[in-house]
Amino acid sequence: MDQKQFEKIVDEQNPKTPLLVNMLKAFLVGGIICTIGQLITFFYMRFFSFTEKTAAGPTVATMVFIAMILTGTGLYKKISQFGGAGSAVPVTGFGNAVISASMEHRTEGYVLGVGGNMFKLAGSVIVFGVLSAFIVALIKTILVKMGVISW
Amino acid sequence: MISSIITAFIVGGLICVIGQLLMDGFKLTPAHTLSTLVVCGAILDGFGLYEPLIDFAGAGATIPITSFGNSLTHGAMAEAEKHGFIGVLTGMFEVTSSGISSAILFGIIGAFIFQKKKTTY
Amino acid sequence: MVNTTGTLQFMGKPSIVSTGVIVGPMEKQSPFADSFDEILPLENEPNETYEQANTRYIEKACSVAVKKGHEKLENVDVFIGGDLINQLSPTNFAARQLSIPLLGVFSACASSMESIILGCLLLESGNAKSILAGASSHHPAVERQFRYPLEYGAQKPKTAQWTVTAAGFALLQKQAKSAPIISHATIGRVVDGKQTNPLHMGAAMAPAARDTIERHLTNTNSKMADYDIIMTGDLGKIGLSILKEMFQDEDSGVILQDAGAQFYGEDSFFNAGASGAGCSAAAFFSHIYGQLKKGVFSRVLLVATGALLSPLTFQQGETIPCIAHAIECRMEKRG
Repeated sequence: MDQKQFEKIVDEQNPKTPLLVNMLKAFLVGGIICTIGQLITFFYMRFFSFTEKTAAGPTVATMVFIAMILTGTGLYKKISQFGGAGSAVPVTGFGNAVISASMEHRTEGYVLGVGGNMFKLAGSVIVFGVLSAFIVALIKTILVKMGVISW
Repeated sequence: MISSIITAFIVGGLICVIGQLLMDGFKLTPAHTLSTLVVCGAILDGFGLYEPLIDFAGAGATIPITSFGNSLTHGAMAEAEKHGFIGVLTGMFEVTSSGISSAILFGIIGAFIFQKKKTTY
Repeated sequence: MVNTTGTLQFMGKPSIVSTGVIVGPMEKQSPFADSFDEILPLENEPNETYEQANTRYIEKACSVAVKKGHEKLENVDVFIGGDLINQLSPTNFAARQLSIPLLGVFSACASSMESIILGCLLLESGNAKSILAGASSHHPAVERQFRYPLEYGAQKPKTAQWTVTAAGFALLQKQAKSAPIISHATIGRVVDGKQTNPLHMGAAMAPAARDTIERHLTNTNSKMADYDIIMTGDLGKIGLSILKEMFQDEDSGVILQDAGAQFYGEDSFFNAGASGAGCSAAAFFSHIYGQLKKGVFSRVLLVATGALLSPLTFQQGETIPCIAHAIECRMEKRG
């Protein structure tokens, strides 16, 4: 049997990914998480006199706190199996990545284990966020200095 | 208020759908998918398109990870406007600290309080 | 022909005197559950690391195997074991406790049969009288090392498999009474089907399984129909379909089965089925061993399959080469 024949068999036996259903589930779960975020923003605006813009910080922190509770109680991974990107893309997903790694590596101590492994899943998000922000801001600054566009 | 909730739901949901497409359709790992979305957020803010999205969709745009790319870029550009090129480096984390700080903090706290838990599936 | 291209024939009748199979709480729902020696209630005790728990499962399985064989640990000549954790720590630490001369082996999920093959060779050459051989795996410990932290929300595809928490060990001696005999074995060859998806190991391992089964049948002048069952270790439901397609010229029918595909029954929570070094060990040393002893099976081929990737090779963009080790077991009719 050659490689091509084998690949054909693998392709045929592969269960088809239910893309549309997964996209729908992601839409639902992602939408619900963002709605909860919106309600929390209103809560901070109403009771703590934040504005829409300044409430973003505390809202994100609260969402990450919720992610911690859900991760620690084993519920986040159940939501994720259903929601896929719907739970990975919101900032709660970032929180889940950091918190699950921290919890897992406690057995290696707080310094080497927790501290050293905390960002093993989420680190690339920060790295590429910073890199792309740098490049975009640099390009814009150069264009402004050249007089091509204005701020 | 109801309309803000609906737009938050829809826009947030749609950004997650794009993420699902990257994961299932393009077979990217979660790390690759999220990194791509962060970069998209940064680029959109470069074109001045992300802030209007936040005005329109509220949490639907601030909660997905794309907003992280947006705030980093926004901070960098705001500082560059004031102080020139060096601002590109110094301005980035000025408006972004909440997500990362809380993740680190709750990571340690979580590791501490959820020590003895029995693994459930 | 035997004694060529990796197929061995054992003339000295190495036999499986007894076995010890210890599994975790998730394995309770297995159709094989009645044959397991003990189902522990926790994957790890509160004050234990996952790796320490893995060690404890190994120690327990060995003690049970030896006790059932009316033997003592101090009389066992060599301990041969393998697991999936880096540097075989659980096996090494268990061997420290058991205090038996150790040969640690690694062929991923094929380790159980590699251990048995080496044990048979030692018995055959007369260099040992009593051997403990087997393998183990531990779900959270393996997830942590190969994939993601346990609480991380990564969506699993239908091709994903669940690593079992189990330790299975066999006590081997020559010419034991009323015990299944290992008549032949075939050492696996590393076969690379150019698969790259670590969440679809079944596809990666099928070519290796096919290579070993074909070599064994050819070298022993046998056909599939000569066996009551040919059971692979952990190809999973989809991997088994792929293997059957690869054998479509020969009618494999119900003879060709997979332990991983059956391990957790029809529960879709486990997607394509079970995997892990403990999967083949637990299934072969409990269910199949029981069927042999009862006389339900008289001639079986057990093919443990392993994917030889590491977290590093995946990140470096390598494909997944695999290996499959096989033993042929027979139960002689009494009287």
